[in-house]
Amino acid sequence: MKRFLPLMVTFFIGIIVISSEFIPHKPFSSINAGLENWFLIISGFAILLGQISLIKVNSNKVYIKAENWQYYLIGLISFGVMVLCGILWGTQDANGILGSHVDLSKWLGSKPFVYLFDNVYQHLSSTMFALLAFFIASAAYRAFIMRSFESNLLMIAAVVVMLGRTTIGTSFTAWLPQGWRFLHLPDVANFVMNYPTNAAQRAIMISAALGIVGSSLRILLGIERSYLGGGD
Amino acid sequence: MSQFMTTFGIWLGAFFTISIFSFLYKDNPFYKLAEQIFVGLSAGYWFIYTIYSILIPNLFGKILSDFNSNIMLLIPALLGMMMLIRLIPKLEWISRYPIALVIGTSAGISMLRYTQSDVLSQVAATMINPLGMNTIGEKIGSFILIIGTVCVIMYFYFSRKQEGILGATSKFGIWFLMISFGASFGYTVMARISLLIGRLQFLLGDWLHIIKP
Repeated sequence: MKRFLPLMVTFFIGIIVISSEFIPHKPFSSINAGLENWFLIISGFAILLGQISLIKVNSNKVYIKAENWQYYLIGLISFGVMVLCGILWGTQDANGILGSHVDLSKWLGSKPFVYLFDNVYQHLSSTMFALLAFFIASAAYRAFIMRSFESNLLMIAAVVVMLGRTTIGTSFTAWLPQGWRFLHLPDVANFVMNYPTNAAQRAIMISAALGIVGSSLRILLGIERSYLGGGD
Repeated sequence: MSQFMTTFGIWLGAFFTISIFSFLYKDNPFYKLAEQIFVGLSAGYWFIYTIYSILIPNLFGKILSDFNSNIMLLIPALLGMMMLIRLIPKLEWISRYPIALVIGTSAGISMLRYTQSDVLSQVAATMINPLGMNTIGEKIGSFILIIGTVCVIMYFYFSRKQEGILGATSKFGIWFLMISFGASFGYTVMARISLLIGRLQFLLGDWLHIIKP
């Protein structure tokens, strides 16, 4: 029963959502908007669940003094500081429970939450992604030395697109006469993006969408039940 | 004092930037510190974002301002609370109801939306007449577009062994996929490099004032 009823809920909700698309009359016409709002609210709680779970896992590591527990403690403290700043003094657009607190904002130059976001979070985030540039370069080197026909295609397309979108790449073929303009690197890059790449992306979209439709049907009919988890 | 805090903020940013880049040498305490602070701040940021941008405007704000008109919102509020019960292992099964509602809604919506936007619209956009195009480049491109789309779809057809015509077309499809992945790879590299340039501009300009921002 603990599994059967949720399966029935999934089935009926799915059927209602699909039916409402084809029946433009009340109550079906308003059901979709209502359900989407419910979906948003429950998703909000799901995000909170994820955060609480993160605190639980990290706290446990600190409690049992697992390897590198000091860093997990710092992670928990920074989480707490960010949440406290957000709740007490609010965000850029919203006031916190202590109001906008103009004096503190004047002293910091912005609200504490925004100050932390601008001066710590944003720097950490962009540096973390910038760091990936080095790893992408080494991964590309490993991929390209395989020297198969497919890897060569991949490399040529990557190089053409990169050069075609930069000034130096444009200058490489700027000397070409008007009759050979189709070999101008930005034009070649545009051609690669507009036709072969577009074809592959389109096919991936169509295939993935067919897969999503199939998976959705399996879920609604109760064939796919893994989302309910284990147990009774 | 605000000027001091601005400068302090730049130094904070520089410290964390260098701490993350120190990973290029090897894993070290500075990187671990910056990494955990990043995780903590990210979680904290999304926590606050969820409360202020999702739960307050869609739930708490409406219920507190006009309870009678929004009484139905108590149902998703209750389901949300049931979702949080997942943290208690013995009562975990209760969270299946909100999950069932979320999955049922998203399955229903996905079926319709993906069929419309990703299947029908894309198939319709591929049904073009290449000979009706204006330039030779567009004509050749349109032929490539149609052939490429069909070949890649053939590659994703796994219900039959890929041999004969199916094998040949799917092999052709792999080539299109490789070109597409190469182009995506090129864009990813460019995005990452531009982020790296941004970081160097921050360190050499805003922090050290060696270059003019």
